[in-house]
Amino acid sequence: MIRIKVKDRKGLTHVLEGPTDMALNLMELFKAHELPIEGTCGGMALCASCQCYILSDHPLTDRSDAEEDMLAEAFYVRENSRLGCQIPLVRELDGLEIELAPDESLN
Amino acid sequence: MIQTDVLIIGAGPVGLFTVFEAGLLNLKCHLIDSLPYPGGQCAEIYPKKPIFDIPAWPEILAENLVENLLTQIEPFQPSYTLGERAESLEKDEEDHFIITTREGTRHRSKVVIIAGGLGSFEPRKPPIPELGQFENKGVDYFIKVPEKYNNKKVVISGGGDSALDWTIHLADIAEQLTLIHRRNEFRGAQESVRKVRDLAEKGKIELITHAEVIGLNGATRLNELNVKADSSEFRIEADYFLPLFGLLPKLGPIGDWGLEIEKNAIRVHNAYDYSTNIRGIYAVGDVNIYPGKLKLILSGFHEATLALQSAYKIIHPGKKHVMKYTTVNGITGFDGSKKEAKKVEATAI
Repeated sequence: MIRIKVKDRKGLTHVLEGPTDMALNLMELFKAHELPIEGTCGGMALCASCQCYILSDHPLTDRSDAEEDMLAEAFYVRENSRLGCQIPLVRELDGLEIELAPDESLN
Repeated sequence: MIQTDVLIIGAGPVGLFTVFEAGLLNLKCHLIDSLPYPGGQCAEIYPKKPIFDIPAWPEILAENLVENLLTQIEPFQPSYTLGERAESLEKDEEDHFIITTREGTRHRSKVVIIAGGLGSFEPRKPPIPELGQFENKGVDYFIKVPEKYNNKKVVISGGGDSALDWTIHLADIAEQLTLIHRRNEFRGAQESVRKVRDLAEKGKIELITHAEVIGLNGATRLNELNVKADSSEFRIEADYFLPLFGLLPKLGPIGDWGLEIEKNAIRVHNAYDYSTNIRGIYAVGDVNIYPGKLKLILSGFHEATLALQSAYKIIHPGKKHVMKYTTVNGITGFDGSKKEAKKVEATAI
């Protein structure tokens, strides 16, 4: 089990616990804890509904081409933007701090 | 007024398969979809992705699944209202449902099957403060009549197929065409990327990468865009701005039809006919929710099959239906066509 600190869109912080042996990714962890994340494409890096900002200094895998492509068409993108669905839950991420990007479906 | 036995909202894989199962029960279907083509998410979000959990298809591309479903339902001659969003639901004095689209097309049926997936697809809108103010006054999310841009200054934004295809198409029509994208790479088809680069090299279009549109100006109509590039900000004259960032599904007006909604989905009463709280309306596929629900195409196929058995009793009260195997009875299309197994011929020795 690892713990991840998530700031939601209202500014509230949630501490989520997640297992590292179930091949989960961050988007799935958000959904399992009922955070307001759609995960529209199911985790194919084909929508940006799970976009989040990485606030802590944890070692993450690099963005794949598919993730870069999608982020290039996402909105509210910052240097530290990532798609939650592309980040597997691994032990090294214990203590990760992130913030959910705004919900673009409200535009 | 379009009249049918079963009105299906959503022409994704589950909506399409509903036509097949209805056809076996001799029920005629009409489908409504906000997209201008059938296929739903399979067509709009992931046409080129392989699916591995369709029974008997070890691997199939989403677009091919749609194609196959269209072939499979051909004998049952479904009709369509495409590119229109189902907007309102009423009941007439004969207890039939009347469903009207945003564009005003009216449909009438005794049974409605909602196979609406994650909702109807709406354009993804970039967070530019003045965007709403210039909608239909220079900002278009869909290109319906390309000639409208004849001799106009047009700016397209986006990096997918839609942005690339329209850049290529409008290059010859617009007086001046600019494509703005945040990245130097495009995720559209390679052939389209090559064509766009070629047009840019020949000076037929202007290609601005590592940049994005951040503001719109104009008195009553759009006439100028503010663009932010890596290290500078500048303005471009524009009669039209076309933000083509693809589409995003939203539950939309279905949520206001009096159906029980839970977590952005339609709550169904049970997992044996998927009926909703309104008699005659069923919800199947990703749009429904019940204990144990799995959002899988294969579950949607099953749900549609069972929903129709129940819907049959509403359409033909008192009439008995006995399920027949297609291997035994074959398929009789509404055009009279017949598909069946070859008769076995005994051969004498």
